[in-house]
Order: sequence, then C-alpha cells, then structure tokens
Amino acid sequence: MTQDVYVVVEHLRGQVMDISYVMLAAARKLAGSTGGQVVAVLLGHNAQTLAQGLGADRVLYADDKALADFSPTAYQEVLQALLAERQPRVVLMGNTSVGADVACGVAAKLDLPLVGSCLTIGEGGNPISRICGGKIMAETELADGTVVMTMVPGGYAPEAGRSSQAASMETLTFPPVGEQRVTLRQYIEPEAGDVDIAKEAILVAVGRGIQNQDNLELAEALAQALGGVVCASRPVVDQGWLPTSRLVGKSGKAVKPKLYLALGISGAPEHMEALSGVEMLIAINMDPGAPIFESAKYGAEADLFELVPALTEKIQQAKAS
Amino acid sequence: MNIVVPVKLVPDLVEGLSVDQSGTSLDTAWMRLIISEFDDHAIEQAILLKEAGGGQVVVVAPDVEGVDDVLFTAAAKGADRLVKLDAQLGIGVDNHTLARALAGVIKDMHPDLVMTGVQAHNDLDGSVGPLLAAFLGMPYVGYIAGVSAGDGRIAVRKEYPGGLVAEMEVQTPAVLGIQAAAKPPRYVAVSKVRQAMQTAKIEPAAVGEPDPRGAPKILRLFQPEPAERATMIQGNPEQVAAKLVDVLREAGLV
Repeated sequence: MTQDVYVVVEHLRGQVMDISYVMLAAARKLAGSTGGQVVAVLLGHNAQTLAQGLGADRVLYADDKALADFSPTAYQEVLQALLAERQPRVVLMGNTSVGADVACGVAAKLDLPLVGSCLTIGEGGNPISRICGGKIMAETELADGTVVMTMVPGGYAPEAGRSSQAASMETLTFPPVGEQRVTLRQYIEPEAGDVDIAKEAILVAVGRGIQNQDNLELAEALAQALGGVVCASRPVVDQGWLPTSRLVGKSGKAVKPKLYLALGISGAPEHMEALSGVEMLIAINMDPGAPIFESAKYGAEADLFELVPALTEKIQQAKAS
Repeated sequence: MNIVVPVKLVPDLVEGLSVDQSGTSLDTAWMRLIISEFDDHAIEQAILLKEAGGGQVVVVAPDVEGVDDVLFTAAAKGADRLVKLDAQLGIGVDNHTLARALAGVIKDMHPDLVMTGVQAHNDLDGSVGPLLAAFLGMPYVGYIAGVSAGDGRIAVRKEYPGGLVAEMEVQTPAVLGIQAAAKPPRYVAVSKVRQAMQTAKIEPAAVGEPDPRGAPKILRLFQPEPAERATMIQGNPEQVAAKLVDVLREAGLV
C-alpha cells in the first residue's frame, strides 16, 4: 500500500483529453492530504510522447498492441493487475466515455470503494460529487485502503494539471493482453454539417423547453435576427429535431461564441462543460431553480414562447434603426 | 435474442430538491419519481432490436413508488416480461446494492444482452450498468447511441467527445450502457398503458439482503451555493425583451 494518487490518463487518437489535466490538478490536492506522489498511468501503444506535459511526479507506462485504441475490457485487464500489485491510495478516472467504462469494473472486481462524479476534493481529501443535474452536492468519506474515483470537469482548470517538466517514466512489464470480447471496428467521423457551431460567434441554443420541432422556428427567427445559428442540447438532438452537428455538450461540441442565448435549457453538467469558452451567456427558462442561471451573466425567468417573438422583433427594429 | 433492461427511478428534476433533516439524504416528501431518461432510451433500443430480429425484452425495476406505471408503460411499448425486485430498496439506495440485487435476479434469466441507461442523474457510486457487468462477469461498453445485431454479432456505436463515434463489436453476453436509442423513445398513449395494466403481469423477484459494499459513506448533501448568479431581468415579455436588447447593444452584439 502506498499513499500515491494515480491518474489514468485519457487520450483519444493521439491527443490527451482535457479531463486528464483536470484529474492531475485534483490529484495534486489529494496527494497533499495523503502525503504521496501524483502518478500518471498511461496505457497505449507507441504512445510514450503523450506523457509530455502531464503535471505528474512519475509516469507509469503500459504498452501493448491491444491498447492502441481504447478498449474497455483491455483497459480493465491491465489496470486491475496494476492496482492489485501497487495498491495506490486513490485512483482517478474520468466520468467519461473512457473512464466510466472501466472504473466500476476495476473497483468491483478488486472489491474497492468507488465514488462517482467528483467535482472537487474537500478538506482531508474527502471527495465532493455533483449529482442530480447539478442541483445537489455530496461530500463522502475518503474510505481506507485504495479508493477509486471518477471525476467530472469544472472543479479544476486543466492548466493546473500541466507541466513543462518531464516526469520520470517507468515502463511496466505485464503479460500480453489477450483476445478481447469488445473490439474496435472503425471510427466514424463526426458529420460535417452545414455550419461549424464551434466557430460561430452567436449561438441560439434550444433545450427540452422548446417542446416540439415546430417551435424551432422561433429560435431560427431569433438566430437570423442576431446573425447567428441555432444549436441544441441533447434532448433536442435525441428527438431528431436537429442534426448531431448542432449538438453542444459532452458528446457534442464545445463552443466559444461571443453570445450564447440559451432557450429552455436547464443547464445539466453534461451541457455546461462545453460552455467554458462562452463570452456572454444569457439564459431564458421557466424554472427559477434551473442550474443554468448559476453560470449565466443575464437571466430571465420567462415563458420563451412569449419572450422570444418579442425579442426577435425588437432586435430587428434595433438593427433597422 | 433475450434482452434484459434494468431500469432505475430517479427524482424528477423539474421539482425542487431539498435535503432532509439528517443532512445525508434527499427529502422525499414532495419528490416525484420518474424513469431515468437514459433507461427510457435503453427500453426503446431493446424494443427496436426485438422488432428487427425477434426475441424477448424483460424490464426489471426496483420496487419504489411509481414503478408499476413505469413497467406497464414499458409493456405498452412492447416489453414482454415485467419484473419487480421484491425488496424495499428505497429511493436513496446506492448503485452497489441495486446492481448486486439485479445481478442475482438477472443471472438466472441467461440474457444475451443487458441494456441499461449509461447513467442516472443521481448516481453517486458509479453507474448500475458497469457494476452489474462486473457482478455478472460480463464485458461492458457504455456511451452507446445505436445498437445493431446480425449473424450473432452485436455492433454498437460508442460516442466520444466532439461527435466522434467508435463502432465496436461486442460478443454476447454483454452489458451495454445506452446513451441514446437509435430512434427517439416512442410515445405511447395512456389508453395503451391502461390496456397493459389489464393484460400484463408484474412478476416479483426475490432478492437477498442489501449489500452496499463499495458505496461511499455520505457525510453531507447540500445545495451548491454559486459564487455568482445571473443578473435576473424582470418584467413582462416586452420589458424583458427591451432590456435584453439594451444588454446586447452595450456588448456590441446588435
């Protein structure tokens, strides 16, 4: 058993994902409580160079052909063996399409406690998780032994987890990864779409509050008046009302417009994590308790079906005058 | 194909949530429970697979308030069997306890696929899907938007950030965490649900003693206090619109 804090580095097609740096920043805080080192765990194939820039004291590197692309079963196999042998104090993984596939399985197989959706680390190393769409926070006890945590972005700036100094690297030796029951067939590139919302300066975003596809016209008219385009949160895209190329959020795009006008969007964490680059966020929602009002610069508790037509008209007038 | 869909009921976030006097659980007095939206997608995806290639869909849920409605709605959509865990696990139950209870019941069903929502908004100790996979000894893949089956092979579309999708092949039996069904969950008329109440049967399934091993101890729950909050613009729609135009003009956006 050591007091070290392990961070399982997430990377996709040769690029380290921001959540890895967020976790390294959290690990630094945790290591301050435990008295151990921050150790980055990198799984890949010919991927040593990805260790550059990681804000860790040490890097453990596992190389195998089966780790060239993310495989939930291969990752689990390698991590399970590593953690059983090294017994770190805490292991951080992302609450993401990579980490969340693996964390529960590793923890359950090794009979380790698991805390999900950690946003920050509190006093004494207790994890603080964000649940219920951002409406509730939970402080849990940092249990004894090795603890597995999954982390969400938003609590620490990725910059805090980067370093210009190279950490020492230990290449792990382990038996070759066997045949897997889950295998990658191919990547499917994102649809190009007619516009790239990541590059637009003005976005009118619609959420569940838009209610049906016909009502999208209201948002289109407003976007047109502003000289912007319409994008959406997950429920709207899941209904097929807008294409995936217009999806803002965890599995869609991150955006950085000058203006993001959110109509009927509650502000679930999966949506908000894509808005960190927004200059001005204005939210219109019927629910005064909607978490989006905590991030918006301006807000209106209003019926969007009344407000949006009035706003569109006034913007048209203002532009005409 | 034999598909089992475990579902979870969660507090409706449209209602306000508050913490009870203990400080470690949610106040259930005014809480309305609804099916977790990702589980709704899992049911839809299961029924789409059945429609495409035959088989049966079994929906399993813990016995909490509102569960019968959820199960009968699933039957009205096309689920073949409805199973209710015969234990008072309560709404505050952790996912480790729930997943162990589900595993005990599901292993005897010998499913080809177990499909459940990739997450639920109140998950505090991981999600049911990957825990269940570990307890059943099956592989797990999550963040799936679309599943297809043919020639005894299962192909899934796994979502990554930025809109990238990985098509993966999965050998059965396996547990899949569904982010979105290939089509939006179907609407089902109230009359159909009523009809299902008359014809469908909910089977109780016995589960053992609750075993929360692996779930963290909650020290406190609290509502976040934002450092900043939006400047709220008051008035009737005309007034709010006029003030918003002022804001936009000041920012050079109009």
